Amino acid sequence: MTAEIAAPLKIALSKGRIFRDTLPLLRQAGVEPLDDPDTSRKLILATSHPLVKFVLIRATDVPTYVQWGAADLGVAGKDVLMEHGGEGLYEPLDLKIARCRMMVAGRPEADISARRLRIATKYVNSARAFFANRGQQVEVIKLYGSMELAPLVGLSEVIVDLVESGNTLRANGLVPLEHMHDISARLVINKASWKMKHASILALVGALREAVGDD
Amino acid sequence: MNPNKTWLLPEGIDELLPAQARALEGLRRELLDMYATWGYQMVVTPFIEFLDSLLTGTGRDLELQTFKLTDQSSGRMLGVRADITPQAARIDAHRLRHEAPTRLCYIGSVLRTRSDGFSGSRSPLQIGAELYGHAGVASDVEIVCLTIATLRIAGLRGIYLDLGHVGIYRSLAEAAGLDERQEAALFEALQRKASAEIAELVDEFGVEKGMRRMLLALAELNGGEEVLPLARKLLADAPSAVLTAIDYVDAVSASLRQRLPDLPVHFDLAELRAYHYQTGVVFAAFVPGEGQEVARGGRYDEIGKVFGRARPATGFSADLKTLMRLGSHAAVPLADAILAPGETAPGLQARIDELRAAGRVVIGELPGQVGDASQMGCAHRLQQQGDDWVIVPLEQSTKKR
Repeated sequence: MTAEIAAPLKIALSKGRIFRDTLPLLRQAGVEPLDDPDTSRKLILATSHPLVKFVLIRATDVPTYVQWGAADLGVAGKDVLMEHGGEGLYEPLDLKIARCRMMVAGRPEADISARRLRIATKYVNSARAFFANRGQQVEVIKLYGSMELAPLVGLSEVIVDLVESGNTLRANGLVPLEHMHDISARLVINKASWKMKHASILALVGALREAVGDD
Repeated sequence: MNPNKTWLLPEGIDELLPAQARALEGLRRELLDMYATWGYQMVVTPFIEFLDSLLTGTGRDLELQTFKLTDQSSGRMLGVRADITPQAARIDAHRLRHEAPTRLCYIGSVLRTRSDGFSGSRSPLQIGAELYGHAGVASDVEIVCLTIATLRIAGLRGIYLDLGHVGIYRSLAEAAGLDERQEAALFEALQRKASAEIAELVDEFGVEKGMRRMLLALAELNGGEEVLPLARKLLADAPSAVLTAIDYVDAVSASLRQRLPDLPVHFDLAELRAYHYQTGVVFAAFVPGEGQEVARGGRYDEIGKVFGRARPATGFSADLKTLMRLGSHAAVPLADAILAPGETAPGLQARIDELRAAGRVVIGELPGQVGDASQMGCAHRLQQQGDDWVIVPLEQSTKKR
């Protein structure tokens, strides 16, 4: 089914897994990129639909672009949305792609209910909110990558990170300690675009919903 | 702070240079004059007041947005206003105490701890109008029309109106027996139209089946004219307050179609702006190219109660700086300035006064100053011819010298 799009739409996507997994869904909605993002250095890609353009940005920037209307729609992981806060955005559709789990992990002997537990993570807000809901005071240490290292060198007792297969954890002698959230990519939409380009956006959302196999 | 960075302004705080300030002031005057012709009288509310009264009846959102400090003379907490609407409501309820409908307008800087995305600024110049003492479609329609008139004067094009009603969700949540925490959680998911989460939440709350279906439908009830008939169908089993609210929105939009036939209206029954103090119809205006709303308003009948008198109220507000940035309202061009020589010749001062009284710009040259007439933006010069001081174009006056 090709979506009836009558207004120009910019769709914010991040390179890598989200882009790869979103493409088949968009293809079913009748939208395909004309350039290959892996070989092209362009940041704005034209598509098979004359009114639709892809904007390639970092995953963590997707909510920001969409919130301010620099892109009408976007695809962002729930992990990114939880960190951003998700304010000022609509997220009507779970695309059920790029699935993983957000988990607390550490050495097998780590005591997760320790007082002033030190947590190394990229997901500062999610970690804080999760432990606050458990009524536990924790110290959160913001890191940008290689979280698995932190418990090994004594920077923190545990980490909060996304876990897919668990291979990286195992390779570093860590184990999942607690499941926090199931993560998948969501379609996010700017509020003003939703209202002003309603028919086009609804058509695209409908086509994507069908592609995802929701209801 | 690095001494070389003393020009830096705090985040979200801005200043306007002469050209922008002139454009802003021109727009401000035009809008306030327009409000006056509609019968809206201007009030000036305090920039700072006791925190208790500032936050009365407005909910927690506004509390987090308010800058606070301690009053050294009373020991009480003061807050810098983050929204003028509650202040205007207090003036109506406590100070004016009229029985007849009261129309007030205001303009002033507000301060917010965090930019709420309304304009990216933490110090918007809030302009707005409020109508007290009438509960009904006519006053809501008047306020929407005034909002659109404001945006049109500011030169905004392609305006869209978004219309909703907070009574629909409130009545449904009440009928579903949700407690305060559950209602807040569902409200938050509903604002994001996160259908999957809404379904999860209502399941978790154990909401009865028919009610569950209606709460889920709410997230889908947005779009064009077809929304209201669809809402009547999907929410047919809801409490009567819900159906009354749908009829109310219908009446407002019918009346708007007559008064503003060109205005595209979008309905969204799950959009609940300023939910905590709104009680009825809510609306927002959007323009193409701007990812955020440019004006918002609606009905808030309860807020005056805490000041001793509940009065029906409806109103709107916008950030004048945003309107200026987005609009095409042209600044009044600066009148050709005249440079007057810096001497005390007989008759010169009288001539200058006379020109200024007639609205001309006359700039006095300072003794030994740097820069000539053209650098000061003057196209003319005052020159003595016999007993008279006459205005001569710059080229002529320099040629003679």
